[in-house]
Amino acid sequence: MATQHSRALARFMMAPSVVLLLIWMIVPLALTLWFSFQNYNLLNPGMQSFAGLFNYEYFLTDPAFIQSITNTLLLVGGVLLITVIGGILLALLLDQPIFGQSIIRILVISPFFIMPPVAALIWKNMLMHPGYGIFARIAEFFGQTPVDWFAQVPLFSIILIVAWQWLPFATLILLTALQSLSEEQKEAAEMDGANALNRFIYIILPHLARAITVVILIQTIFLLGIFAEVLVTTNGGPGYNSTNLAFLVYRTALLSFDVGGASAGGVIAVILANIVAIFLMRAVGKNLDA
Amino acid sequence: MARAVTMQRKLAFTALAWMVAFVLFFPILWTILTSFKPEAQAIASPPVIIPSWTFENYIEVQARSDYFRHFFNSVWISVGSTLIALLIAIPAAWAMAFTPTPKTKDVLMWMLSTKMMPAVGVLVPMYLLFRDFGLLDTVWGLTMVLTLINLPIVIWMLYTYFREIPVDILEAARMDGAVLWKELVYVLVPMAVPGIASTLLLNIILAWNEAFWTINLTASKAAPLTAFISSFSSPQGLFWAKLSAASTLAIAPILVLGWLSQKQLVRGLTFGAVK
Repeated sequence: MATQHSRALARFMMAPSVVLLLIWMIVPLALTLWFSFQNYNLLNPGMQSFAGLFNYEYFLTDPAFIQSITNTLLLVGGVLLITVIGGILLALLLDQPIFGQSIIRILVISPFFIMPPVAALIWKNMLMHPGYGIFARIAEFFGQTPVDWFAQVPLFSIILIVAWQWLPFATLILLTALQSLSEEQKEAAEMDGANALNRFIYIILPHLARAITVVILIQTIFLLGIFAEVLVTTNGGPGYNSTNLAFLVYRTALLSFDVGGASAGGVIAVILANIVAIFLMRAVGKNLDA
Repeated sequence: MARAVTMQRKLAFTALAWMVAFVLFFPILWTILTSFKPEAQAIASPPVIIPSWTFENYIEVQARSDYFRHFFNSVWISVGSTLIALLIAIPAAWAMAFTPTPKTKDVLMWMLSTKMMPAVGVLVPMYLLFRDFGLLDTVWGLTMVLTLINLPIVIWMLYTYFREIPVDILEAARMDGAVLWKELVYVLVPMAVPGIASTLLLNIILAWNEAFWTINLTASKAAPLTAFISSFSSPQGLFWAKLSAASTLAIAPILVLGWLSQKQLVRGLTFGAVK
């Protein structure tokens, strides 16, 4: 009796969360799907009609779409490459006995707390500005021509900015995982005559595998949706050179007012994210059993 | 001998670590320094390192753009959405941690899965719904959206903390005849306060820095700092000192919160997968 009573209460306590999330999951997505099959432009409000697959055809054959998918993948891949490799190296360094470890930790983690528009504007103006930025000053000091970052390598510039923001995240998580590695295991390997490289490959890396997976998956979820950094630095340009999928949908929706087209783009973004999500859920789900 | 070598090693690693930390922190440091320079000094060549410590940029930013309105919008939206999310999430996390059923795991995974939906996938309907209900550019509308976005993380974080509270204590309270609400208020909550506090901190940080919905669903009145700072991107003039002052004000409070919560950060951000 008591259990039945407490179960009913448990359900009652979970109800608000479940109902809210259910609405949040279903309603907007259903609307996106609905709109994606409609001819609907905000500039002609009375002219809504069924469009069949036209929006998908339009969006998928738009040259900007192919480029935005490529850019999205390059952005995600580039940032992952820098942050995972950089994060492992940095975590190994910070795991050594060093003076002032806690202050260093605070300095290293800081970029993660900077809001995306601020991070992007700091880099755009004070570091990467071709005339007055610090990078230009350094180039001039060495007698080189300064790089005009956002004109010459727009996507790479954005990758650098985003990597700066996410490197602390990767470092912190990998460092936490590293610190849970038992000293005995490392010492035993050392006694057996394993050199630093072998210890890294056969002991440290396998131990980090799970944390690396988590870093990759969580970052991918966020990196697929990078938006503010593109908006304040290049606005997607020059041309579509730094437009990712999120920015293309934003452009179609709020700048061209094409509700149907933007919705089709949104559906594609959801499908892309879901593929990643399935892997993440598995990795996190395993931990629940442990 | 061995000790000398260890000491040398430690010094070498220390130097290297400080160098890397300095490079990573440099953009932030440079912004803070620049915010105290007059505009001419901010773009001087060669760069001026030590500012002349003027506060004119801060005064100017407030005078020109009513900075504090945006600041308080950010405070309202991030703190408000976090508190509402906590209110909804605490009972749910409590129920799942202490009255688990075979379905609990599925429910948790499903909740997390709602977090995987890319914002851009529902931008269009959200924008239209906001427009039709008169929620565009309102603080309430944004608070609502950010509550929903962060709710799964809040539930998950609380759940991982609650799960570590020994059930025996609850049973002892039950034996003593405590009713459920008393169980919650007098037994669980005091033990859960540290977990709730770090959940609160992390979520304020996430909501403060959220830069998709806050930019797309506001114009001016309800614009938080994310949207306000983004508006600096269009004019190409050289106003770095003022930009730096606005940026410093926007990041300072959250940087401090971040430093305070960094120990709990890993756990919260990985949904308990890495501790």
